[in-house]
Amino acid sequence: MLDYVISKYNFWIYIILMMIGLYAMIGKKNLVKKLIGMNIFQSAIILFYVSTGVKAGATVPILSGHGHGHGHEVIEVAKYINPLPHVLMLTAIVVSIATTGVAIATLILIYRKYNTLEEDEILMIRKETGV
Amino acid sequence: MAEQFAALIIVVPLIASLFVPVIGWWKKRLCYPWVVAVLIIPLISSLSILNTVMTTGKFSYRLAGWAPPWGIEYVLDHLSAFVLVIVSFISLMVAIYSKKSVQDNLPEKTVPFYTLFLLLVTGLMGIVITGDVFNLFVFLEISALSCYALIAIGEEGAPMAAFNYIIIGTIGACFYLLGIGYLYIATGSLNMADLANILPPLYDSKVILVAFAFFTVGLAVKAGLFPMHTWLPDAYCTAPSAVSALIAPLMTKVAAYVMIRLMFTVFQPHFSIEIVPVFTILGWLAVMAIVWGGIKALAQTDLKRMLVYVVVAEVGYIVIGVSVANRLGLTGAILHIMNDAVMMACLFLVTGAILYKTGTREIHQLSHLNKKMPFTMAAFTITALSMVGIPPACGFFSKWYLILGTIEAGQWFWAAALLCSSLINAVLFFRVIECAYLKPMEPAYAHDGGETIHEEIQRDEAPFTMLVPIVIMAAGVILLGIFSGKIISSVIQFAVPASF
Repeated sequence: MLDYVISKYNFWIYIILMMIGLYAMIGKKNLVKKLIGMNIFQSAIILFYVSTGVKAGATVPILSGHGHGHGHEVIEVAKYINPLPHVLMLTAIVVSIATTGVAIATLILIYRKYNTLEEDEILMIRKETGV
Repeated sequence: MAEQFAALIIVVPLIASLFVPVIGWWKKRLCYPWVVAVLIIPLISSLSILNTVMTTGKFSYRLAGWAPPWGIEYVLDHLSAFVLVIVSFISLMVAIYSKKSVQDNLPEKTVPFYTLFLLLVTGLMGIVITGDVFNLFVFLEISALSCYALIAIGEEGAPMAAFNYIIIGTIGACFYLLGIGYLYIATGSLNMADLANILPPLYDSKVILVAFAFFTVGLAVKAGLFPMHTWLPDAYCTAPSAVSALIAPLMTKVAAYVMIRLMFTVFQPHFSIEIVPVFTILGWLAVMAIVWGGIKALAQTDLKRMLVYVVVAEVGYIVIGVSVANRLGLTGAILHIMNDAVMMACLFLVTGAILYKTGTREIHQLSHLNKKMPFTMAAFTITALSMVGIPPACGFFSKWYLILGTIEAGQWFWAAALLCSSLINAVLFFRVIECAYLKPMEPAYAHDGGETIHEEIQRDEAPFTMLVPIVIMAAGVILLGIFSGKIISSVIQFAVPASF
């Protein structure tokens, strides 16, 4: 059992992180904490992707000695880590930054309107004013 | 030539959206004509693409010339060309409509509104056109992000609704991203056609099953399927009129399109039907969506909030059509994507026009609206009859195919839910029509001074830029109904997977 956990530790870490994020999004009353939970959730997925590209004993995927006159060497795929998941994650990081930006801007609007960021207080105010 | 149109459809609105701030900085009132002019190009392109697909069959466009499994390709087949025409047509109509609504509601936000509007349209088109699962995620997020911001500039309570949507929508998108990750681990490919080739031997793998589960849940969140619809009513209801007229018809339908695309193109139909029991679950969720949406809609006194719950029910229609997984049901689902987009656009445009003219959305305050706004109310009535399912309006035909599909699949309860929903729609919409056409003025209001009763009600029609899209949509409801046989025989029957 322990071997099973340790041999796949990257997946366990991503699942635990994801659950922490999900808990924060569902369980926390403060909207900023919800947003931080969302960030943890997204980061967990980014870590998952990055870890899938890794190969034991492999190096960065920069081909040395190829191109100028050395093009006939055989490229051993196992020697280089897979760069594609990392490239995908650059896009996902940009997306997550943009989402955080929009969410923070929305939080500013909410704070200006209700003067608080606690969800239950906002619901109280909305109930009282009938909006 | 048609291949170049495929690129133009994405590039033109994307680049044009970056120019909106420049134009707005120079002269603010030029933003509107710029956006309308720009959106004509995707409409022409998508019509030309549909024409090419109908004559010569499917084709693809390689971005930067990279061959498919490595590069990103845009795939134009009957289904994507069909949905592209819907998206580009409705976004153009809503853009024409938006002039007065934006001047009235968001005078200081004109420039950001039009920038985000074009970005949202770009995202929706990109989702439909792309043949790459990760590229689809990027477009999904482009459309979602601009949608969050557009909702947040709405009325009282909109920022809170937008924040809830951000949280839930991001979970949906992240689940979709995880699904891509699992597929990539198992297959090493991101291209839809390539995945469809690699996947069949791996169908028993748990990784693929998990990926499929993540896709289904993620897209159900994005489509607002019951019980993942909780973000939808507040977000769509508090958004500005022009925004809800764009997102209510298109966002959920495009997510339903992605569902069809993944379940029947990336995965073979027999995987989605036989190996995982997903359609039984989705079908019952859709039944609950129809019933719950209908009941909640009945309880509303606010016209827009009522329509928002109708959207929840309509998502159920499309998902039922997908879940019965036979030729008739899927034909109905694809037809309903078009019909529902047109009907919902028309209803939300009318609601926006009523709000603009009378300043109210309460159903019981709509009396004598048939004399004040005859064309708008006529359009509303036509669309309402179509929602109920009265021929020759288009709503009848998609419902007909959906019900035939459920009967063929032997799901009698689902057929009953569809029929009940027609009844609920009849009650819903006739209540509005009764208030608008037949109900006298509110007694308290009329007794104020005896003369107000006899006073001639002035005709006060919506402005021209609002009226034109509304009338076009209402005419579309009838025309699409009359020509639905032709649409099915020339486009939709090729969009349904051949193995059915």
